Order: sequence, then C-alpha cells, then structure tokens
Amino acid sequence: MQQNFRLNNIGLINRDKKISFKFNGKSYFGYEGDTLASALIANGVHLVGRSFKYHRPRGFFGAGIDESYAIVQLYRNNETDPNVRATEQELFEGLEAKSVNCWPSINFDIGAINNFLNKFIPAGFYYKTFMWPKSFWYKIYEPFIRKAAGFGVASIKHDKERYEHKYEYCDLLITGSGPSGLASAYAAAKNGARVILAEDKPRFGGSLLTSEVTIGNQSGIEWANSIITKLKQMPNVTVKNRAQVFGYYDHNMLVMSERINDHLPKSKKYSPKQRLWYIRAKEVVISSGSIERPLVFGNNDTPGVVLSSAAKEYLKVYGVLVGRNPLIFTNNDSAYETAIEFKKNGIWPIVLDTRSNPDSEIIDEAKRMGINIKFSYVVIAAKGYKKVKSAEIAKISEDKKELGQIENIKCDCICVSGFWTPTIHLASQSGNKTKFNKEIDAFIPSQSKQEETTVGSANGVFTLEETLKTSFAVGHELSKKITNNDNRLPVPQVVEKKSTHHDKFWCVPLPKGKKYKRFLDFQNDVAVTDIELALREGYRSIEHVKRYTTLGMATDQGKTSNLNGLQLVSSIENKIVPEIGHTTFRPPYTPVTIGAIVGREVGKHSKPTRKSPMHLWHEKNNAVFVDAGVWLRPRYYKQGNETLFEASKREAAHVRKNVGVCDVTTLGKIDIKGPDAAELLNRVYTNAWMKLPVGKARYGVMLREDGIVMDDGTTTRISENHYHMTTTTAQAANVLSHLEYYLQVVWPELKVNVVSTTEQWAGAAIAGPKSRNVLQKLFPDTNVSNEGLPFMGYVEASLFGIYARIFRISFSGELAYEVNVESDNGNFMWEKIMEIGKEFEIQPYGTEALSTLRIEMGHVAGSELDGRTIPYDNSLEGLVSKKKDFIGKRSLNRDAFVAKDRQKVVGVVPLDKKTNIPEGSHLVQDANAKLPNPKLGHISASCWSVEFNNPFSLAILHDGKNMIGKKLFALSPLKNKSIPVEIVSSHYVDPKGERVRS
Amino acid sequence: MLHIKCPYCGMRSQNEFAYGGDASVKRPELNKEISDSEWDNFVYLRKSLRGKHLEFWHHISGCRQWFKVQRDTATHEIFKTLKPNEDI
Ligand SMILES: [Zn+2]
Repeated sequence: MQQNFRLNNIGLINRDKKISFKFNGKSYFGYEGDTLASALIANGVHLVGRSFKYHRPRGFFGAGIDESYAIVQLYRNNETDPNVRATEQELFEGLEAKSVNCWPSINFDIGAINNFLNKFIPAGFYYKTFMWPKSFWYKIYEPFIRKAAGFGVASIKHDKERYEHKYEYCDLLITGSGPSGLASAYAAAKNGARVILAEDKPRFGGSLLTSEVTIGNQSGIEWANSIITKLKQMPNVTVKNRAQVFGYYDHNMLVMSERINDHLPKSKKYSPKQRLWYIRAKEVVISSGSIERPLVFGNNDTPGVVLSSAAKEYLKVYGVLVGRNPLIFTNNDSAYETAIEFKKNGIWPIVLDTRSNPDSEIIDEAKRMGINIKFSYVVIAAKGYKKVKSAEIAKISEDKKELGQIENIKCDCICVSGFWTPTIHLASQSGNKTKFNKEIDAFIPSQSKQEETTVGSANGVFTLEETLKTSFAVGHELSKKITNNDNRLPVPQVVEKKSTHHDKFWCVPLPKGKKYKRFLDFQNDVAVTDIELALREGYRSIEHVKRYTTLGMATDQGKTSNLNGLQLVSSIENKIVPEIGHTTFRPPYTPVTIGAIVGREVGKHSKPTRKSPMHLWHEKNNAVFVDAGVWLRPRYYKQGNETLFEASKREAAHVRKNVGVCDVTTLGKIDIKGPDAAELLNRVYTNAWMKLPVGKARYGVMLREDGIVMDDGTTTRISENHYHMTTTTAQAANVLSHLEYYLQVVWPELKVNVVSTTEQWAGAAIAGPKSRNVLQKLFPDTNVSNEGLPFMGYVEASLFGIYARIFRISFSGELAYEVNVESDNGNFMWEKIMEIGKEFEIQPYGTEALSTLRIEMGHVAGSELDGRTIPYDNSLEGLVSKKKDFIGKRSLNRDAFVAKDRQKVVGVVPLDKKTNIPEGSHLVQDANAKLPNPKLGHISASCWSVEFNNPFSLAILHDGKNMIGKKLFALSPLKNKSIPVEIVSSHYVDPKGERVRS
Repeated sequence: MLHIKCPYCGMRSQNEFAYGGDASVKRPELNKEISDSEWDNFVYLRKSLRGKHLEFWHHISGCRQWFKVQRDTATHEIFKTLKPNEDI
C-alpha cells in the first residue's frame, strides 16, 4: 500500500520496520518512530475529530504537546485511555484509536448541527441558557451537555497497569533537551553538578531536530546526539526522555511524569506503565522552548490548517507531507524554513507574508530557490469543510485595514506562523513575576521567586548563538554555586541564518459582507466574536473573560490560544497587553493520568494494613474481618450459615454465661517512664493519679483544652517510675502526639519519656464468669484469685516460660482479664488460651460482640466520645477531680457545659422490644410534629441486648438526667422508621458493677 | 511540598511532618486563676495572618520532636526553624 504523503529519503523514522494500526476501525501502517499523527497524515487521513462546541471537523494543528485538535480514544492491551494526543502517541504494533466527540460517526456528526446554529451559541451561552429553572439542571441540561460535549470515555475497569512514584534530589533539574537544555546540562555536568535532564519527547534535541544550523563542525542534530551520548555516560547525570516536568511547587519541588511503556504494545514485565517523579532540585533551568502562535483568519480551524513549525517537523522527523500543494502564511521569518524544506523535497509552496518588504538571509535564500513569495498578502479564509481545498487571499494595505485584489487560490494545506510564544508555564508556576516583552509580543520570565533560571527561546532568545552562549554560562554559574568547581567549557561556533523583525499583525480583518468564523481557541471553539461579545457585556478582567468564553480552558490549556486572546482584548480595549496581564498558569502543564498521580496507592495499598500476630489464627477460624482504623480486626467468627447478627449474639451471650476471648492487640499502648510520670498522668487525665500504687490499674479520661473528651483508657503502674497507658485503637497516634506536645513544648521540665509500644505487645481479653478458671490453668504458679488479683489489679507472670502481663480490667462488664505478651509470642499465647480454655468451652469473639457487651453495660466508646461531648455527657463526671488542675479543666466552667439541662448519655429501649433502632436516629417528643422537628438527642450506638433479649441503644440526650422513664420517638428518615421508645439508664446490665469485682 | 529543616534531623520533605498550630500562643500555667477572656483567647482565638507566622510542626515520621517554624503564610518562605525552648 502506497503512502501518498510519505517521502522516501528524509526523516528519523525506521523504514525497515513497518507497524500496522487501526484508526476508526480501518487498518493502516506506519513505521517505527512515527507518532499516530504522523502515520495518519502519511496515509492521507486529516479528519480526526470534532470540536467541542460546534462539532466542526478537526484535523491536526501541531506536532506535539500543543496539539489542540487530535485527541483520540486509545486502545492498548485490552485497556483504553481517553484524551490521548495523537501527536504525542508513538505508534506501536496493533495500536487502535478512535475519534472522540462525534456521534454517530466522524463523517456524519449529529452535533455538527450546532455549527449551523452557531450564532445561537455565543460566549456564555451555557451560563445564560441552562440557568433556569434550577431543577432542570441535573435531569435535563447537564446530561444533554455531557452527551453532546464529552471528550473521551474513561474505562470503568480496574486498571491492571502499575504506576510508580519516585522521590529524587539533584543539583540542577533541566526541563527540555533543546539547544539551551543540552548546553546548560552539559556545562553543569562537566562542572561536577548532579543533573537531571528531562525531555518530553522520545527524541532529544528539540529545535535542533528540524533546524538547518551548524554547531562547531557538526550539524545541529549531530551535536545534540553527541552531547546526549556524553551526558548519558556521566555518573552524575540522569537523562530521561518521554518525561514531562508538569508542575513547579513550593521550595523547588517539581513533579515529572515519565511515560515508560506507553509507546509499547504492552508494558514490559516488572516495569511500570508510568512513573511520577517528585524532584527536589537546588536549581532549576527551564529550557522548555517556545510554541508557535497561529494567525487568525476565517475558518482557520479547517483541517489542513497547521502550524508551520509542525509542518516542518512532520517533514524532517517523519518524512511526511501535510500537503502536496502548501500555502504558507506568515508574519515572520521562521516559516521560510518550512517553505525551504518543502522546496528541497520537490514541493512548490506559495508564501504569503503580511510584511511589505522584509529583508533577511533566509528570505533571500527562499527567493534564490525560486519560491513564490507574496508580500503584503494575507489569507482571508480557508475554504473546504473536512479539508482545506483552497484559500481566499488578498493584498492588505500598509495600515492592515483594507483588503484588495481578493482571489481564490488552490492549496491542500495552510501552514501558519504568527511568531513564537515562550513556554513560561513552569516559571510562572514557581512564582516568577513574568513581564511583557514588546519585541516579541509575549511574556517572558523576569523576577524569580524560587531558584529558577529560564534559558533559550523560553526566555525569548531566538538565535542559536545567543542561546548557546547564555545556556553554557547559566549551566556553569549555577553548578559553580553548588559544587564550587570552576570548569568552564568553550562555547562552540554557530552558523545560522539571521532573521529580521516579525510583523505585529496577526488577526486578518473580515472583508465586507463576510461573516467567517475566526477562531482563537480551537479546542473550545472560542472565536473573535466571542471575545468581542464578552467585552461588550462588561467583562474586563482577563480571568473573567477566560471563564466566560472558555478561552484557554480546554485540555491544551490555551498553549496556542492564550496570547492571541490577550492581544485581541488589548486591541479592543485599547490597552497594552501587560496592563491586562495573563491568566494564572497552574499545574499540570500537560494532562497527567490519574494512574500516575495515584501511583501504587490503590486498592489494598491505599493505606497500610496492620494485622495482629494472631491474624492467621483468626483467618483459619473463619473470622470475618472489619477495618478498624488501619487495623484488620475479626468482626465475628462465622459458624455454618450464621449471619453477622446471629454470630455476634452467640458470641456475646457466650461471654455473659461462660467465657470468651477477644484479640485486643490493636489498643494503643504507650510506655511512660521517668520520675515525673505520675505528675504527667495527673495533668493529662481528669482524675487523680498521684496515689496509684504499683501493681494497680486505673481508668482515666483525657480532655482537649476546650473541655471535650479526647480519649479514655486504663493506665497501669508497672513499677515505681514506669506506667503502661492504653488508648482507644482510633486515637492511639493522636494521644502520643498530644503527650509529646505537652512534654516537649509546655512542660519540658517534667522528667518523663513516652514511646508507643502498640506493636510490641499482643493482647487477649479473656472475659466471662469462667475466665478465672481459664486464667488459673494458664498461670498455675500465679495467684489469680479475687484476693490475689483483685479488680484493677496487675501482675507479671510466666506463661509456660514466657513473660506475660495480666491486667484485671474489663470492657465487657464481666469478670475479665487482659493478657499481654511480646508480639512474637502472641500466637503462642492465643493458641494456649484456646487449648486450655477448651475445657471451659471458650469461644473467640469479635468486635461486634465486643460492642454489644459494652453497649448494654453502658460503657462509652468512640460513638459517644465523638469529639463533641464532655465528661458529664458520658456520665464520667465522677472522674473529674475538683482539687487538681488538668488539661481542659478551665473549659468545663463554660455556661453551656454546666447548664442544668445539659445532654447526657442514656439507654433507649423500643416499646415493642423488637424493633432495632438505627444508629443516628433522632430522638423527638412528637413523631408527627411539623418539620423541622425539634431534636432532643441522637442514638449513638445500638445492639441486641443478649442479657434481656431485646434491642438496646445508647443515646446522647438533652437533659438526659431527668429523662429516665420518659417516652419518646426515635426517627430515622433514612431508614423510614419512627419507633416509640422508652428512656432508661445507660447501665442496662449489672448497674452496680458487681460482676467485674466477683 | 514544603522543605522543612527539623532542628534535630535537617532538611526533610513536608510529608514527614504534621502541622501543629500557632506557636506564639502560650498555655496559661496550671492552677493559675485567669479570666474567662484570657482562657478564651488561649483556647479559641487565633490570628489568621498573611505573612510571617510562627507555628509548631511535629516531625511525626522522623524524630517525633515538636519544633517552631517561622513561615510566610502567603509565599511559604521559611525563615527559621527553632527548638521549642528557643525564641526568634
Ligand atoms: Zn526530626
């Protein structure tokens, strides 16, 4: 199959390797080294999509990241990626891509009717039309806009690819491998600096790949290759291609996305698809180059209208012609390079130059080659719907207002050049106060805020000689600051063609009676008339104009459109561009995949998973796990076909009448040592701690300074100056930080050290009337009788030769013990408990039964200590010392906290003794009161009381103290329930607490 | 991401630290009689400064020490970091 637009003898592609691919279902082939865009153009395919608003036909406009048209849906290895730029996507065997934004097909697009209605879709149309009535938005307007407008389709499948994050440090990060990047990287590397050189494209060299210059005794491209080869061999240099530095953040942190496998049919084994680099650089050299600006004329969005630099790149890199009958429309010298390349390859271009009589070396050369050049000429409009067929051209007067000698000439592409816009995004993101340079009609970096220097055309320097000179100097100076070396390299001699000034003219006036659309933003279909309308309607700030018209808001972020938009606003407003200022540049400079941002933190890896040393035993014994903070805890142990409800009832009931064991390893544990340990506890807990004897535990409550309960737990005095504190599973980390804060910042005079020992101890709670029998058999040499180890007592003991700590504390309200051993012995302890407990029919119980047991006992936990309650609310006021001061005490005097009708925890029982009350239900006086129904309280925790065999809940209730015996309603609009309830004491089971002391 | 100099460990990235609030606030001494408004100031009232701000950070994924940072809230420039007992 012949490729009509491919040349045989030019380009950097590998013609020995053919690659087949599909576009919109049709098979084509290209060569190794092609992009999807170059391969399609080689095959004569110019229609690749439809525009966002009017669904106008879209072709290719650029050859790289600036592409605003050729966005495709990509299919690779049974996965699909939306919004891939065809100009960046390298061709691989079996690649498949489809157009987006057109339905039902690219050649017949229903949305294109918008194009004929377009006078009804001016700027702000969506804002004005889809505003009212409000209720229409979700149901009618939004789905309509989404269906008609959406770009690609995100896959809903799990992404099987791997994405990685990497953290890196360097002396110099250099963003772009054009002449300025290569020179500064080489100069800095030779001076001993650690350098990272990042290139977005697969090939290094930037403009040197396509320019006709000589550096030293080499061509530009040979010089680029030799520098890259040398850099790659240096141990202090990292060179990355396919790597885009897209964000410049605080303190010289930059983020780069590296596409490692996107150019291959499938990712290599053990290799991530993409990698996100977080790079902390001492100095940053921005060598990101510049992007050619379009010229604005009628129908300038027609497929076949391309940037002149892109046409040159397709030709010189890929051997591809964007057309065989090219018209070149320019206001500056650089398009002549494109014209000369066409001519050298046997194609006769016509050049229209807006300038009347420019004089420079390159224009002379074009003239010598016999190229047809028309000065003071413009393109008024492109003709043709799906591809340029001809152009309406005219002579333009010196004042650029009058058009004359209008004629139609045949052409199959129009290569435009409206001069160059430095890529200042990274500099601007870093906080650089950019300034407008009138010479080049564009912004360039100025005052740096961070350690950043911009070189080359990104800094508005457009000659190679000056670029190399300054870049070698910058590389040397910056590296010298860091390494103190002074190894200066000679700057090579440059041969390049001299250019003359560009024409400040860029927007062709409409001839009388013609209403051609002249586009500024090609992806979002923003035309000259839209900006004019926005200004007529009173928008002045460029940020507002941007949002109202959507100029520069598409996936290309206005890379080609922003500056023309600014110039238009400035000419209408009669202000100079710098007064208007540019819109803020924000990361990312180019789109980044969600996969790369998320990295490995997906699914199970999205947070760490902590498992107790007994986890495997739980797994083997049919535990069903639940996330408790970062821990996995057994929720219940399933027997047969039991449901969660049945299993938790069985487990809880077994504890009440027999004995159960629960893994409590997850409780936070803090080891506290030092002569002032008791003093610290006395200050952080609300109750008194100075007189706790060695070998005793005490329950404590700690507050925040605002009087709200922060956490509760028991602390045990292990020896004279040694305490063991427990916290709730959820608050463990916060409590440690809290203690450290007071010890390091507020009371540094206290001689105390604290350290987390949560993971050092494995814990098992043995609870139930027969727990002492189990304990006695576990520790035959230890006196665990009620006298030997009374309630809140502590002993150290030997568990078959292993050191163990026994705490007689109880969360379940039954006679209970907690045994701790070093984590490595956790499983041994657990198996011993199960083995010895067999005789007493011991059963493991999970968190659900644990909840049931504590709720019916009225023990408050996280659902009551919810960051909104004080000790009184939790019936813990008895633990608040009147004598001593402690953290948060002063706040407890607040009027609301001492109000007579202050909220308090109560028990709640449904009148029918059957209906479960959903947690979160509101308690109200009258179930049928007018909304909003005054809320008296809320249900904080619910369970099935195994003691009474009916539902029981805890609630935080207004004036709870005086509500016992009252009848209220529990309302749950979410579950559509209204339940008559009675308020009872929160201590539903064993209100006197006799069992724990038995 | 900020680059913060822990006075004990040196330069580390922000993701090793936790922010810990205004460091110019001094907790009233224990057992000292103070007015409601003084206590209120201590517990609740904070300046929301634009500019130089003295604040606590906690090196939670490092040495676990609390320390002071003088930072510009608008530009994120860090001028100085200090141990908790040191003053600017
Ligand atoms: Zn540290």
